[in-house]
Amino acid sequence: MRKALAVITFVLMAASVYAAFVYAPTEPKMGHIQRIFYIHMGTVWVATAAFILVFVSSIMYLWKGTRKWDILAYCSAEIGVLFLTITILTGSIWAKPVWGTWWTWDPQLTTTFILWILYIVYLVLRSSAGSDAKKAKFAAVFGIIAFIDLPLVYASVRVMRGISPVVFGPGGGGIAPQMMHALLINLAACSLLFVLLLKERMDLERMGDELMALKTREG
Amino acid sequence: MRDSLTANEYDIKAEGLGKTFGPVEALRGVDLSVKKGEFYTLFGPNGAGKTTFIKILSTLAKPSSGSLTIAGRDAVKDPDGVRGVTGVVSHDPFLYENLSAFENIRFFGAMYGVLDADVRAAELIDRVGLGKRTHDLVRTFSRGMKQRLAVARAIVHNPSILLLDEPYTGLDQHGAGVFGEMLTMLKSDRRTILMTTHNIDEGLDRSDRVGILAGGRMVYESRREGLDREAFREIYLSKVERS
Amino acid sequence: MKKVWAIIRKDIITELRTKELLTSMLTFSLLVTVIFSFAFGFSTGLVRLAIPAMLWITFTFAGVLGLSRSFALEKEGNAVLGLLLTPTDRSLIYFGKMISNAVFVFIVGLIIVPMFVLFFNLDFLGTLLPLIPVMFLGSLGFVSVGTLFSAMAVNTRLREVLLPILLFPIIIPLIVSAVKLSGLVLEGKPLSDGASALQLLVAFDIIFIAACAVVFEYVIEES
Repeated sequence: MRKALAVITFVLMAASVYAAFVYAPTEPKMGHIQRIFYIHMGTVWVATAAFILVFVSSIMYLWKGTRKWDILAYCSAEIGVLFLTITILTGSIWAKPVWGTWWTWDPQLTTTFILWILYIVYLVLRSSAGSDAKKAKFAAVFGIIAFIDLPLVYASVRVMRGISPVVFGPGGGGIAPQMMHALLINLAACSLLFVLLLKERMDLERMGDELMALKTREG
Repeated sequence: MRDSLTANEYDIKAEGLGKTFGPVEALRGVDLSVKKGEFYTLFGPNGAGKTTFIKILSTLAKPSSGSLTIAGRDAVKDPDGVRGVTGVVSHDPFLYENLSAFENIRFFGAMYGVLDADVRAAELIDRVGLGKRTHDLVRTFSRGMKQRLAVARAIVHNPSILLLDEPYTGLDQHGAGVFGEMLTMLKSDRRTILMTTHNIDEGLDRSDRVGILAGGRMVYESRREGLDREAFREIYLSKVERS
Repeated sequence: MKKVWAIIRKDIITELRTKELLTSMLTFSLLVTVIFSFAFGFSTGLVRLAIPAMLWITFTFAGVLGLSRSFALEKEGNAVLGLLLTPTDRSLIYFGKMISNAVFVFIVGLIIVPMFVLFFNLDFLGTLLPLIPVMFLGSLGFVSVGTLFSAMAVNTRLREVLLPILLFPIIIPLIVSAVKLSGLVLEGKPLSDGASALQLLVAFDIIFIAACAVVFEYVIEES
């Protein structure tokens, strides 16, 4: 089961690289650099899904108090931060030639950056808890508050003015169907990679629990 | 019919109470019942799970397994109901250092929903023998005085059940003597009392029934009547060693 | 309601006696204000633009000092356990602590503003009056999350260090809108010019007071 998942993920990842670099046509305005956007979109999609998962499983953990929800929230946040880091890096690489700068405080970038910080803080809080149930609850509370904060953060950066990025510009006369295909393959590949990583990471956490239990039993 | 009778007879009824902290099992299925008006002393070495047990009884912590009924109320489903009829004295006084004795008791009275918290506070502080220090800050109190004030805090809402967790900790000879007299007073009020301690002499004095908790399990229970002090000491040491 | 009032009264009595929270917050604010004016080298043109941001940086950092001390006081002698033993809904404890924290932090705000007026030569009445509602809404939002997080921080190994790390990323929307509104006031414009910022500030207050009151019980209770 796990092997099959790993194999499919690998095949799809390879396909997505091919789709992004060979299959999709070159964007007329931005040139080749636009191709980085396929992986950029894939990772930001995974990060979003991961943080929604953190929110939901944090609520479930506070409600039910069972460790599996805590594990799900923790592992999901870790992978979410990893993918969001890739999102920010690829975005920067894209922005340098297109916007002429690595970074600008535009609403979307600012929101993403704050999002990234919020979940790094979550990880700091959660990893300091270890297997302590009370502190794991602190992390869950923070996971909920941080998620509620996101729309407000977005609204607040709109209160400050900024430039809006046009990725698949309407000025370019819509996007080619091959671009859409490449994007979808990338989204699918990233999603599968997320599921695979999440599964592995959660197993690792569970094994850590078992090890702890064995250690305490042996004194 | 039988059920309602037993429910009425016992003020504290714990069945198979378990508590785990991550991989650590602090309580492994503790059964304990205390009758109305009974003084029960639970002995056990440090780390036996006494504090965890009292925390669960006082609704500060939730059990991982088992059931707990206090004064006929389910402690997990109706914690506020249980809180309203129990008072707790611990080794920490649970008092505000920067408030006076009076302000402390009045505050806790208000939190318990006592109607005339002012009057009740003054009366209780007199009763625990701190009348002269009513308006002094708790910060300036000795350990023994804090512990007496803690008793006043615990009975401000006139609870029928008292839980005492190692109340003698840190008290000197004199303080322990005064505290013992307070226990006698509390017992004469016909309250149900459950006390934990590791000190055999202090624990045996007023109890009706005694038990030993070791390694998170009840390992011994007996009526106090007819129990010889030295014989009990032997039993305690052997039980504690084995766990 | 009586119980919420009892908690507020207890905190106010404590504060009137020790003056710990207000003195530490005010001394800190005064120092930061002085440092700011030195750092900007008295070049009034530059300072004017930065005043709203300086005001809220001073205010929130001073507030963090007060918040962390406020729950540390509950931990002394484990008094908070005595509080938890009472048959009191945990959200009432939250409201009590939140309101008394808000009172202290708001008072600090009310003193910081005239201090800024004085140091940076601002128009006294024109600045002070419209800033009061902004200060009020800002204090409320700040302590709504701050009270929850200070109860958390005091129970961790990192203690006081953790509070600003948790709190500042969350209150970014609050700081942004409060700075925006304060800027408008200093330019002599009416608050209605910043309607979206004002809406955001109010939304922040309402959302987080409600959310924090609900989750507070998980923070303060032992598992």
